[in-house]
Amino acid sequence: MKPAPFDYVRAGTLAEAHEVLGLEGGEASVIAGGQTLVPLLSMRMARPAVLVDIMGIEELANIAAEDNSIRIGAAVRQAELLAWPALKQRQPLLALALPWVGHAQTRARGTVCGSIALADPSAELPLALVALGGQVILSSAATVRRVTADDFFTGLMSTARADEELIEAVLFPCSRDGEGYAFREFARRHGDFAIVACAAMASSSNTRLAIGGVADRPSACDLGTLDGSALDDALNEFAWSLEARDDLHATSRYRRELVRRLGRETIEEARRCCA
Amino acid sequence: MLRLSAAARHRVAFELNGRAVEAEAEPRMLLTDFLRQRLGMTGTHVGCEHGVCGACTIEIDGVPARACLTLAVQVDGARLRTVEGLETAPGRLSMLQEAFRRHHALQCGFCTAGILMSLDWYLRVCPDPTEGDVRKFLGGHLCRCTGYVPIVAAALDAAQRFRESPADV
Repeated sequence: MKPAPFDYVRAGTLAEAHEVLGLEGGEASVIAGGQTLVPLLSMRMARPAVLVDIMGIEELANIAAEDNSIRIGAAVRQAELLAWPALKQRQPLLALALPWVGHAQTRARGTVCGSIALADPSAELPLALVALGGQVILSSAATVRRVTADDFFTGLMSTARADEELIEAVLFPCSRDGEGYAFREFARRHGDFAIVACAAMASSSNTRLAIGGVADRPSACDLGTLDGSALDDALNEFAWSLEARDDLHATSRYRRELVRRLGRETIEEARRCCA
Repeated sequence: MLRLSAAARHRVAFELNGRAVEAEAEPRMLLTDFLRQRLGMTGTHVGCEHGVCGACTIEIDGVPARACLTLAVQVDGARLRTVEGLETAPGRLSMLQEAFRRHHALQCGFCTAGILMSLDWYLRVCPDPTEGDVRKFLGGHLCRCTGYVPIVAAALDAAQRFRESPADV
């Protein structure tokens, strides 16, 4: 339970971080809050030759509302976003989901982008990004590109980020008038990874439900204005499409039932909020 | 750009319980091991070493965090507080620690240092919690002895005493 040796680089600017990632490629790992990387290092599931600490890069430390979205830099901690005064008004789903991310003690250090970089299928922030149709800004010394959440999460803890790229920021769309949001999660203990997590966004013409903890990545489904048994049927179909598997925490059947029941409750709550 | 080589030890300096400290660490050294082995501050315990059990919880820059999920080199220049910093005068327990003693909120004591550090912060930011609030907050800590009941009772008792005489700590 001790990390293997690595060099530690404290980058002062984005260009310095890009330079190290460009030179070292897959041998380097970015460290921000370290709340997901340090356990992987300790268990030696990750053995980078170099760690690049980006927390000293000032330009990554900002939360900004721009072009109808919230831009969250890679050095913004989860607790900082939760304490951002405009959060609830700009994007209620984030305000609802963030208290479920780990514990106060890990949110104090962990970053928003770090959770998205790890792409754990049970984690709340990747789920919120998929539910809202957000984007990830990836940059290297030579390029900057924006990738949609659907394209970014490519599978179990794997993403579209190339070795030389850094997640510079993520963009969460702001809420619009008339939209309602809800977030529910089932776990054995508050703060554990979710067995099933549900995020819903409802407007007068559509309801979108995203599910975490079941498939190998968060998945969303647009349910229009379906109601009654038609909504149950659609949720059942969605639950089966996620190809749940049995594990130590729950059976696949149990997970599908949670998608059907908790999913429906989440949708109803979101619809009440937009009404 | 500062680069610390894996093979060497590097000076790490920070404020610990109001006092400037420094020692040397390899980049891979966890903060838990740095506190215990380099600085001899063994009040902070090492449990699961992957952030789940909460035994190593300390305060970093005014908020509780897991020392086992932190590298020593990451806290260079930071302000840290550990369980050794809770006593109000040499040998005098804090109000929270006294409440733990009164309620038998510890048995083996392994988890206690972390729980104290979390609750000390929590009762400052949330001075009037319900039992449910305390239980939810304690989700970040594992105790295998007490069943949590006396820990919750101690936290609520301490909260009430803080409210009645905040100056006493």
